[in-house]
Amino acid sequence: MTGAIWNLLLALAWVILSGDFTGLNLVMGLVFGYLTLVLIEPQVEALKGYPARVPRIVRFIGFFIKELLLANFKVGFDILTPPWYMQPGVIAMPLEARTELEITMVANLISLTPGTLSLDVSDDRKVLYIHAMFLDDEEELRRNLKEMEYRALELFR
Amino acid sequence: MIDFIKGTLMLSGAIFTLLAAIGIIRLPDLLTRMHATTKAAALGVILIMLAVALHFGEVGVVARAFAIIVFIIMTAPVAAHVIGRAGYFVGSKLWSGTVKDELRPNYDPLTHELKSGLETEANAVHQPRENDTP
Repeated sequence: MTGAIWNLLLALAWVILSGDFTGLNLVMGLVFGYLTLVLIEPQVEALKGYPARVPRIVRFIGFFIKELLLANFKVGFDILTPPWYMQPGVIAMPLEARTELEITMVANLISLTPGTLSLDVSDDRKVLYIHAMFLDDEEELRRNLKEMEYRALELFR
Repeated sequence: MIDFIKGTLMLSGAIFTLLAAIGIIRLPDLLTRMHATTKAAALGVILIMLAVALHFGEVGVVARAFAIIVFIIMTAPVAAHVIGRAGYFVGSKLWSGTVKDELRPNYDPLTHELKSGLETEANAVHQPRENDTP
């Protein structure tokens, strides 16, 4: 968090000092600010882990967009064709996530990818109940969900 | 070239929104309908907003377009979850082709308790929480 604030401050300083108030220059400032933080990370205790987290977030966004598009095509195909290929069902997924924030993030990400909808979390916060549209290959689906959860948790830890 | 990209984004966004609308009519039960409406519609709005950002290219418009995308991503899954959960627990019928339901046996409709199915003797004891009514 400290790292993100410093990155933003450095970007604003860059924009003000260069006197060019456009969005593109702000992005430039963010990139230069990030490079500065990478350089000084070994010396500053408060910045630990921030430089490594940014590429992870970018990779996660890429991975998420890919999943979103692929799954949307799958659901769209099933909506349009007359016979149903779907086999919906409710499955229980054991959660790695422990805190409320992590569970919320994981549940929301699962809801956002088409074909899966998080229904509820058990009272002891150990299992997430998910309504899935394509249960023809349950093992594959569970593996995908686990990978998504693992990648999302990596952003926090 | 940029016109082509804008057109593609606009058109695919409109198609996904249309798919969501068809889905809500065609799909057989509440939960599968939630799948169609929330995600396809959210993706449609996101694509159209990207086209808007590309078309105007001004800082103000681009910032607002991205703000809309962020808000859609934040709110759509919460709405889908709440509607789906409420519908499920109120007792809306699942489609006859549903292959399995691992939630129903763990749910107690009288106390609204939802077990995880992973309980052992030790952790099945009710843990008091701060939002419990005394």
